[in-house]
Amino acid sequence: MAEPILKVENLKKYFPIKRGLIGALKGEPPKFVRAVDDISFEVGKQEVFALVGESGCGKTTTGKLVVKLLEPTAGRIYLEGHDVTELKTAEEIKAYRRKVQIIFQDPFSSINPRFRIFDVLEEPLLIHGIGETKAEREELIFKALEMVKITPPEDYVSRFPHMISGGQRQRVAIARALILNPTFIVADEPVSMLDVSIRAEVLELMKELKEKMGVTYLYITHDLSTARYFADYIAVMYLGRVVEMGPAKKVIDNPLHPYTRALLAAVPEPKPERRNIIKELPIRGEVPSAVDIPPGCRFHPRCVYAQMGLCDSKHPQLVEYEHGHFAECHLVGKI
Amino acid sequence: MAKNVLDVNNLKMYYFTNKGVVKAVDDLSFTLKKGEVMGLAGESGCGKSSLGFTLMGMPTPPGKIVSGSVKIDGREIVGLPEDVLRKEIRWQKISMIFQGAMNALNPVYTVGYQMIEPLIYHKGMEKEEALDRAQKYLELVGLSSDIVYRYPHELSGGMKQRVIIATALLLEPEVVIADEPTTALDVVVQAQIINLMKKLKKELGLSMIFITHDLSILAEISDKVAIMYAGKIIEIGDSEKIYYEPAHPYTQKLLASIPRLHEDVERLEFIPGQPPNLITPPKGCRFHPRCPYAMQICKEQEPELKEVDKDHYAACWLL
Ligand SMILES: Nc1ncnc2c1ncn2[C@@H]1O[C@H](COP(=O)(O)OP(=O)(O)OP(=O)(O)O)[C@@H](O)[C@H]1O
Ligand SMILES: Nc1ncnc2c1ncn2[C@@H]1O[C@H](COP(=O)(O)OP(=O)(O)OP(=O)(O)O)[C@@H](O)[C@H]1O
Ligand code: SF4
Ligand code: SF4
Ligand SMILES: [Mg+2]
Ligand SMILES: [Mg+2]
Repeated sequence: MAEPILKVENLKKYFPIKRGLIGALKGEPPKFVRAVDDISFEVGKQEVFALVGESGCGKTTTGKLVVKLLEPTAGRIYLEGHDVTELKTAEEIKAYRRKVQIIFQDPFSSINPRFRIFDVLEEPLLIHGIGETKAEREELIFKALEMVKITPPEDYVSRFPHMISGGQRQRVAIARALILNPTFIVADEPVSMLDVSIRAEVLELMKELKEKMGVTYLYITHDLSTARYFADYIAVMYLGRVVEMGPAKKVIDNPLHPYTRALLAAVPEPKPERRNIIKELPIRGEVPSAVDIPPGCRFHPRCVYAQMGLCDSKHPQLVEYEHGHFAECHLVGKI
Repeated sequence: MAKNVLDVNNLKMYYFTNKGVVKAVDDLSFTLKKGEVMGLAGESGCGKSSLGFTLMGMPTPPGKIVSGSVKIDGREIVGLPEDVLRKEIRWQKISMIFQGAMNALNPVYTVGYQMIEPLIYHKGMEKEEALDRAQKYLELVGLSSDIVYRYPHELSGGMKQRVIIATALLLEPEVVIADEPTTALDVVVQAQIINLMKKLKKELGLSMIFITHDLSILAEISDKVAIMYAGKIIEIGDSEKIYYEPAHPYTQKLLASIPRLHEDVERLEFIPGQPPNLITPPKGCRFHPRCPYAMQICKEQEPELKEVDKDHYAACWLL
């Protein structure tokens, strides 16, 4: 891995759930959604680090913690060696937000529909006091649009979001993130709402920008195929924990954790000759609630390898099975 | 050889909006054999759902069937009055799993009530019989029969989708149209639902039109595939042909834009631009503004579907 630019250490985010009045009177202990439950990882400079996993496993929460849209319950986040969780004043946070940008899944709702494209891109410049005159800002805006291949920019700047396509809207969202020249971008499902043909275009663009501008990405997705294509490293999350982590190709081609194997077995592939074969899915049932997390290994009720007496009572440790490739399972290497 | 359960010829369904006529289903022809699954793919807005609704004899307003023929099990349904369609065709000859239906279940009624209500009101079935049937089909799709007494919010996404599938099967239709039945689901649940549909195909000899924009999912189940672009079928043929020997530039580009799980791809291909609006689609080949091979003739004359191989047709001037 390249020299780390982002370090996440023992990060936790618990959301309290409201107790009913009766529960409170009875003195029931408060309950929590353990959305992110003690995770650690590092992202190398100018690399793409993917967080994958099923709905509700804590990917977006992790992304929001990194950009400081949420404050952690516990743990530390370091960007370029500085402790981000220590940033407290409005000014410090503003400076941080300039360096670390987030792109959301939905290009339709993440852009204000009443703003023209020009205004969408001017807003971050105004907030951060970049560009003294309108003309200076316009130059930056045109440059950002050219970077995401919305060209010629003068044809687009006065349009409203509904007057451009979904792919173009997502590219405007990327331009808005890039215009501040960030070092780090959290991209939360940036292509999942787009058609395949357009999805490829946006992924290629993000890849190109990585090389040209030296950006580092935290790429959040539920799609293992795009993760393998776009990312250098992959971390697989399950119920708030990272259960496997390593170089993208290793994780996909030599998965260690039973959950990763199940996810991979489920991925559809464009191979019609297998159409009449019922797929073996080495997993049971569905994801339990993040409030009542199973004891021991939290995957054990669904795991086809689970050993009772061990997996249902003892929490497995994250172990490094081969260089840079980790998994959190009692049976790593034995299954 | 299996008989045709569906025969569609030169079907046109247009939306007559006040901004102009949207040609969403524009001269489509194809057949579906008993026990066969036809996949229907294409970018958002190309007319996939519109075709589904049209085959059900219920284009959404202001849509109207302009011309053409749809024969289900030999019987022409274009032109049939609404009450005949409702009593004799819809749900018992052809049924549909609507796009997003699992999120449209009504939270205030039990699952059972929502399943059997149409049977009682439209088909005049007794309540007992209808409930029996609902329970039988819930079991067939892998749910327990007491789900009929539960409310939608008590079910997971995968369970809701199974309820929707069971509902579409209740009257044992010849043809089921499944419109994006797995799109909003997590990958494991998605694979479980696909497995269920494979099982139904095999055990019930179900004939199905499976609609999705995701060519990877489509390959998991389709015997044959039709690719739509801007209201037209531009290529159709056996799955192996479409996936391994695609003839139309659009199909080729679509396939090259999918990242593969176990293959190293240097660069993904993409199709620049966007699909045209269907009120004033481009003259000639509708794909020409985005096609890297476009020639003069492509801008002037529309290519017809041509047989490129046995049972494999594509519409392109290059062929
Ligand atoms: N503000 C909040 N208050 C309470 N619970 C929350 C909040 N935000 C998220 N959660 C819960 O935390 C868990 C993780 O949610 P998160 O959005 O991070 O998941 P995700 O992996 O991004 O899922 P998806 O793939 O659906 O986007 C879920 O159980 C979710 O319901
Ligand atoms: N009721 C309607 N009135 C007018 N136009 C409509 C109506 N329904 C659909 N359309 C238009 O018809 C075209 C085809 O829409 P349709 O919903 O069939 O596409 P689709 O292929 O199913 O797309 P998606 O993949 O997004 O579901 C689109 O241009 C759409 O805007
Ligand atoms: S620790 Fe046990 S239950 Fe957990 S993943 Fe490993 S084998 Fe399965
Ligand atoms: S007819 Fe012409 S424009 Fe259309 S797909 Fe073929 S080569 Fe391209
Ligand atoms: Mg999320
Ligand atoms: Mg549709």
